[in-house]
Order: sequence, then structure tokens, then C-alpha cells
Amino acid sequence: MAMAQEPLMATDIEAYLRAHEHKRLLRFITCGSVDDGKSTLIGRLLYESHLVFDDHLAALEEDSRQVGTQGGDLDFALLVDGLAAEREQGITIDVAYRFFATEKKKFIVADTPGHEQYTRNMVTGASTADAAVILIDARKGVLTQTRRHSFLVSLLGIEHVVVAVNKLDLVGYSQQVFDAIEAEYRAFAGEIGLSDITCIPLSALRGINVIEASPDTPWYHGPTLLAHLEAIDVEDRPGRTPFRMPVQWVNRPDLDFRGFSGLIVGGSVRPGDSVRALPSGRTSTVSRLSTFDGDLDMAVAGQSVTVVLDDEIDVSRGDVLCSDDQPAEIADQFEAHLVWMDDHEMLPGRPYLIKLGTSLVGATFSQPKYKVNVNTMEHLAARTLELNEIGVCTVSTDRMVPFDPYVSNRDTGGFVIIDRMTNATVGAGMLHFSLRRSQNVHWQALEVDLAARNTMMGHGSGVVWFTGISGAGKSTIANRTEQLLHAHGVHTYLLDGDNVRHGLNRDLGFTELDRIENIRRVAEVARLMADAGLVVLVSFISPFRAERRLARELAGEGRFCEVHVDTSLEDAETRDRKGLYRKARRGELANFTGIDSPYEAPAAPELHIETNACTPEQAAEELLLQLRRMGMVS
Amino acid sequence: MTSGLTHLQRLEAESIHILRETVAESDRPVMLYSIGKDSAVMLHLARKAFHPSTPPFPLLHVDTTWKFQAMYEMREKMAADSGMELLVHQNPECVRLGINPFDHGSAVHTDMWKTQGLKQALDHYGFDAAFGGARRDEEKSRAKERIFSIRSPQHRWDPKQQRPELWRTYNVRRNQGESMRVFPLSNWTELDVWQYIYREQIPIVPLYLAAPRPVVERDGVLIMVDDHRMPLHGQTPELRSVRFRTLGCYPLTGAVESTATSLTGVIQEMLLATTSEREGRVIDFDGAGSMEKKKQEGYF
Ligand SMILES: Nc1nc2c(ncn2[C@@H]2O[C@H](COP(=O)(O)OP(=O)(O)O)[C@@H](O)[C@H]2O)c(=O)[nH]1
Repeated sequence: MAMAQEPLMATDIEAYLRAHEHKRLLRFITCGSVDDGKSTLIGRLLYESHLVFDDHLAALEEDSRQVGTQGGDLDFALLVDGLAAEREQGITIDVAYRFFATEKKKFIVADTPGHEQYTRNMVTGASTADAAVILIDARKGVLTQTRRHSFLVSLLGIEHVVVAVNKLDLVGYSQQVFDAIEAEYRAFAGEIGLSDITCIPLSALRGINVIEASPDTPWYHGPTLLAHLEAIDVEDRPGRTPFRMPVQWVNRPDLDFRGFSGLIVGGSVRPGDSVRALPSGRTSTVSRLSTFDGDLDMAVAGQSVTVVLDDEIDVSRGDVLCSDDQPAEIADQFEAHLVWMDDHEMLPGRPYLIKLGTSLVGATFSQPKYKVNVNTMEHLAARTLELNEIGVCTVSTDRMVPFDPYVSNRDTGGFVIIDRMTNATVGAGMLHFSLRRSQNVHWQALEVDLAARNTMMGHGSGVVWFTGISGAGKSTIANRTEQLLHAHGVHTYLLDGDNVRHGLNRDLGFTELDRIENIRRVAEVARLMADAGLVVLVSFISPFRAERRLARELAGEGRFCEVHVDTSLEDAETRDRKGLYRKARRGELANFTGIDSPYEAPAAPELHIETNACTPEQAAEELLLQLRRMGMVS
Repeated sequence: MTSGLTHLQRLEAESIHILRETVAESDRPVMLYSIGKDSAVMLHLARKAFHPSTPPFPLLHVDTTWKFQAMYEMREKMAADSGMELLVHQNPECVRLGINPFDHGSAVHTDMWKTQGLKQALDHYGFDAAFGGARRDEEKSRAKERIFSIRSPQHRWDPKQQRPELWRTYNVRRNQGESMRVFPLSNWTELDVWQYIYREQIPIVPLYLAAPRPVVERDGVLIMVDDHRMPLHGQTPELRSVRFRTLGCYPLTGAVESTATSLTGVIQEMLLATTSEREGRVIDFDGAGSMEKKKQEGYF
């Protein structure tokens, strides 16, 4: 146990702690197909770095005897397995994180189970990794899977790649085998843009070149795996990326202090630096970098700080503070790679939310330009993206957002995609470039008309008119539809017969003339609201065809969706939640629709819902489809 | 020109980022404060994250009435020092029934005081995000736990509904009634925690350091007699030099014999230790996989 012998910790603990305080951190991901030896390798690293305690070791010995594959020898894979078992319990595991440390570095290993969910899992694990260890079984060489892993590594922007050619013991530690694999890999890696590649001949099982150089591979003069991982330098070299800090929280304990808290994700900053807040574009000067431990002279990428500015410019959560010389770009249309991670396919045009840095914005995606076959890297035509598929799409956001291309900054170029209804994370994306630069936008004095308002809202507008007898379920369905639309990012308003009667139409009674005036006002208000860009839901018994025709004409053909909520009189009367039918039957209500006043069913409504035949949710979904067909929502 | 950040600086910054994201995107966050060393570090990080403001959330201690006296003292001191509001919840049903580990066993004791107590407190105050000090290195099953973990309105953890976490971009959105458990120390190891306490001089409960304490041996475990409620069954407490690796209810927390009276001494013993941290805890003897089950039931 080479690393376990740290005499310093026994002899001079203070010196040991001082030394360890200055350790660096490296996060890496291991990629391999099932049985390439990933678990064995990780298990060995944990074991050798003294992270396996006696009680665990006792369990390991016991397990190795019972289920191990090593004829009673320690089976290191058992230290880290458990993913399989969890999978059987139906637990979705994307990534398991393991920790070990040497004298020089602390390591966080992202271990992703192989199998079906591989793309989703690997992308998740790779998103935080500085380096990737790609395992290749020496007997099998570069396989389809190797190409897939390498493609994902390059897509996620991992710079440092280690190719661990494992199970070399099974090919007699042959240099020829190793050299052939290395040559083949390098040729292919160049094509996908990987450049920093180190190949190491390995036997995870026997511990060859994992920690100590082995006499079994005298022809190999490179570093061992661990030595190489220790040597990888992932520091963000100053000047390499310009200053970026997405604002997380405005810190305002009292009137005398106002600071902007965030994690610096690029470059460095000092008091006196001139910074620009995006998307507003306002500039200011840094006056202090405030922390609990006192003010700093300088802060660098990776530090969480609170920036105080010279003057009170308006900055809020979601804004990005940037270096004034090299600010981020701002745009609302981008080309991006998307990785889809949800069972429900991506729907082009459907509004999603994306979280980019600390800002959350509405976004829609175009139909993919193409999707990528992750095994061959071929571009294929696609209409959508399904679970684990990767493609290139146009992303349109509902407002201007600051960003950097993903290749220059992962934190300001990578985003997660959130479903508006379930709030689940359904995908991830990497921005490449803007398709419509804000620099090119001229604020022409364009006429603010319906089209302009619809563009800003991100959807069309119009009137959805629910008609049906009292108790048919109009309000229930209208409510449910409004929730659904809202969740899809559609701006709505619901006008309900009862509510309007209490306000706007308070002065109206139930005479024939008043009823017509009632409808006229409601239809007029609905039209104004639709003009303002809303999808207006009107829930009104409106028994007469003529009145509904009036409403339709006001709204304009194509912008009026008549929904007949149809229930038999018997059913409505049995339900009679408001007790109105009973009253009407007793003669206490005159002109009650269905009892002593007719209901004229629509001849050709845009949608006919029979409430016996479906739930309110189904009805709402159906209506949503209809509104899509009519172009009122996208 | 920069010498780069150390692993502790990176961990610190990451935790602060997580704390701020949660606060920025929740209505009613709370920090579950269990008075142990992980809680001490988490509280310290919170003070850093929001400085010069006081952390904008209260501390919640789900009390069992069976903690060590020294823990209660530390709790009051830390609340006063930080200026944060301290909420203490004791499951009223447990108080009424006098639930204790001796008569009711550790499983019932823990479930009723802690698991049920925590749910009651979260419901009572309507918290929608709760910080906990759990770390991924604590055991195998935690290795794949998310930093942000969604709980149903019934506080259940649905393993199928957990979200992938990419980059440092956390999806903190919730549906109506759902809440979130947030673990800012996910990527810290036990050594990181100790090292940070040492570097930052964070106050910890003195029980972590060795001192002569009255103990009795139960089933091979040294239990400290912290007050008169402990039935002695004829045993006489012995003064032995002991310390604790983790802190919980005193009748359920095993001591280890040690002479490490300084923080560095403790760290040294820990580094040279050959058994895992949680062994000192009686509660874990319930069997493997019990953690998973507890989590699904809503225990941290
Ligand atoms: N001979 C030999 N066998 C190995 C080596 N590494 C792993 N194995 C064996 O390959 C099998 C699969 O290894 P495992 O670590 O479980 O693979 P994983 O699926 O990638 O995690 C096990 O039987 C290991 O003992 C190696 O370097 N040499």
C-alpha cells in the first residue's frame, strides 16, 4: 500500500496538515463498457489510497470469497459495485461519485454505469470533469463504445484524456498490442478534436502501472496512471478566460451595503477593475471584493465572492458581471448541441425553461438540423430528439441572455433544460454561437401591432369560448386548460360569467336586453385582451347562437375557438352543485337555461367535449391540441 | 501569477454556491442543525456565503431530548454567535409517550423523534428547502445521491424522480407541495471536514476531543452516562479517557478510547484509524441497506 505509508501523519501531524492543505483538486470521469475493468480500477485506487477500512476490508474479503471472480483473491470491483443492485431496485443512478486523495491531490471520480442510459449518465458525469480516463480492453482494442465515449468527452469539452489500455496481463504485456491500440486511437481522436491524450498500458487487476511503474512493461517509459493524474494541471490560467461572474444573490443587509454574490466562473477580478453587467450593458468599477475573511485584493475563477461596485447600477440575479474589455455576448437565438435526457421526446416549438448560469429563461427549440449517431458520429435527419439522443438545434429564448460559446466557458455556455409542467430536468445543451447578435439589432421605431405583441409573448392570441348548460363543467375545464396553458408559458386570462356579473356587469339584470348587453361587454373585453396578446378563456352559458356569433365576429374568424361542453340535462341536474336546478324547478329562478329557457347547442363548434366520455385533464389536453392547430399557441 | 486554489478552497466555494442558489430560489429555506462537526462546517459556510448579511434562514434542531448536555450548550452558543433564529422541535407525541431508547429500542426512538419529528417540523413551518450535512463519502449508498434531492409532499424520496445534475447549474424548481433536501457538503470527505475545522478554527463540541468521562460498557460498546436517566442495571460507571467520532443521542452513541485531547491529535488518530467512521454509531447496527430505507421514509 504505497500511498498508505505517510509517515508524516504519524510523526508530525501539523506538518502533514499544512502539506495537505495545499492539495489541488482533480475531478475525472471513468468511461468504459461493461467488464472493461472500471470498477476494478476505481476499487484499486481507493484501496491503495488507504480509504478502505478494516471493517470494509473484512466485508470485501468475505464478498470476494462468496461472489468474487478472483478465486478468493481480493476482488476490488466489489468495493465500488452496488450500482447494479441499485438498478434492480429501480433506482435511477446517473453517476456515483467516489473520493480519494494522495499527498498531492484530492480526486473526485465520477463513475457512470454503462448500459442503456449511457449517454445521459456519461454526459452528466463528464459535465463536471476536468479529465477523462477511457478504458480499453487490450484484447478488444478500439471499439464502437470507445468512439462513443471519446465523442461525448469531446462534446462536453474535457481537455485531458487518458487512455488506459487495460488487461494487458491477458495479452502478455505486449508492446505491439499497446502500440497498435495507441496509434489507432490517436488517429481517430484527432478527427474529433481531442488533442491532449496520454495512453498508459495497465492491468487494473494486477496493479500494473496504476500506482507504480511495473517491470512487466519495461518498454513503457511514461508515467503511471496515478502519477499522470497527479500531474494534470487544470488551473484556469489567468488571462486565458475573461472575468465572468453570474450574479446569484443581491446581498443587502442594510442601506450601507449592497453587494453582488456569485461564483467566479472565468478569469479574475480586482478592486478598481472596470466591469460590465449584462444583459443591461451598464458599466461600473469594482470597489471591494467582500468576504467573511476580509476584503480580497484579487479573486479568481472558482472562488465565491461578493462584489461591491462604485455606483448603484441596477444588477439582479441572473445578470452576469463581465470584464469590460471582453464582455460576454448577448443574444436570444443560438445554435446549440442538445442532449435529451427524458422519456418524453423533445417537442420542437414547445416552450421549455432553460437555466444558463443563474438565469432562468423561457426557450423553444427548432426541429433538429441533424442528430448525431454517437457511435459513428454520422449526422442523421431528425424531427425530434428522444431519450439519450444528441442533436443540433436552434434555441430561441424569450429574452436576451448573456453567454459565451461553450468551448470558451462551460459555465456561461452550458445550460440545463427544464420541463415547465413537471419541473424535471429533461436535457442539457451547449451553446455554440448566436444566430442573431444583439449588436445587429437596431431599435427601429416599428409599429407595435398585434404581430409585434405576439412575437414578444412567444405565442398567438385569441378567444376560447366555453359554452354549455349550467353545471356542465365549463369552469372546471376552463380552469384546467388555463393551468395547462400557463405551464406551457402561454399568457392567459379567464373570464367567468359569475365573476363578471359582480363587477363590470353589476348593473345588468336578466331581461333579454340585459343578457345581450352582458354578452356584448364580455365579448368586447375578451377581444381587447386578445388584442393585447393574451389567450382569453371565457366561460359563459351563452345559450343563444346569435350571441355567440356576436362574440365570434368581434374576435375575428380564426381567433375564436368555440368549445361546447356537453352534458345531458339529467346529469347536470343530478349533480346540481349550486342547487340552481332545484330552485328553478321550484319556480324560484325564471328563464333558467334548460328548464324554462332553451339551450341552442352549437352546430359546428371548434371543439365538442362530452364530459361523460373524458376527464377534465383529457379535455384540456384535447383543447390544447386544437389551439395548436389554430396557431393560437405554438 | 495566481498559485491556484487548493482543494479546500474549491470545496468551500462550491458549497457556498449551493447555499446561495438554494436561498435565491426558495421561499422558505431552513438549515437542519444537528450540532455535530458536519453541521458546524455547514453553518460556518452559511455565514461565509451571506456575509455581511446574517444567513437568511433559521436553524432547525430536531431534538430528541437525549442529546449530550455539551451539545445543547454548543447549540445555544452557535445560535447566539451567528445571530440566526434557532428553532427546536420535539415531537409532542414522543414527549407525551416518553419515548426513549431504553424502553422503546433504538429503531422506534429514532423513527419517532427524528424521522417523524423532522416531517412535523417541516410541515409546521412550511419549509420548502432544507439543508443537511450529509456527505457522499459516508457510505456506498450515498455515493450516487444528488446534491439537490426532491421530496414529495409526504417527504418521500422517489428514487426514480431524481434529476441529473450537470455542471454547477442546479435545477431548483419544485412543484406545489414538493420540497427539497440540499446537501452542500456532498463532495467533502471526513478528512476535508476535519482539515477545514482545523484551518478555520471552527468551534466544535468538546466531546470530539478525548477527556476522562464516565462510561459503561453495553454489548461491547462504550456508552457515556451523561445524566441520571440512564438505567445502570447495577453497573458502575468508570472514568475512561474517551472521545466520540460522531454525535447523536448519548445512549446510542459509542465512545472510542483515546488520548487525543487536541484537534490535531484527533485528526491524526482518524488518519491512522482502521475502521470506518460510522462504526461508532449504535444506530447503524440495524443492518445494511437500512440507510436507503430510512431515506425513502424521509429520514435524512
Ligand atoms: N486479467 C485482468 N482482468 C481484469 C483486469 N481488470 C479487470 N479485470 C476483470 O474484468 C472483469 C470485469 O471487471 P469490472 O471491474 O467489474 O468491470 P466494469 O464493468 O468495467 O466495472 C472482472 O472479472 C475483473 O476482475 C485486468 O487488468 N486484468
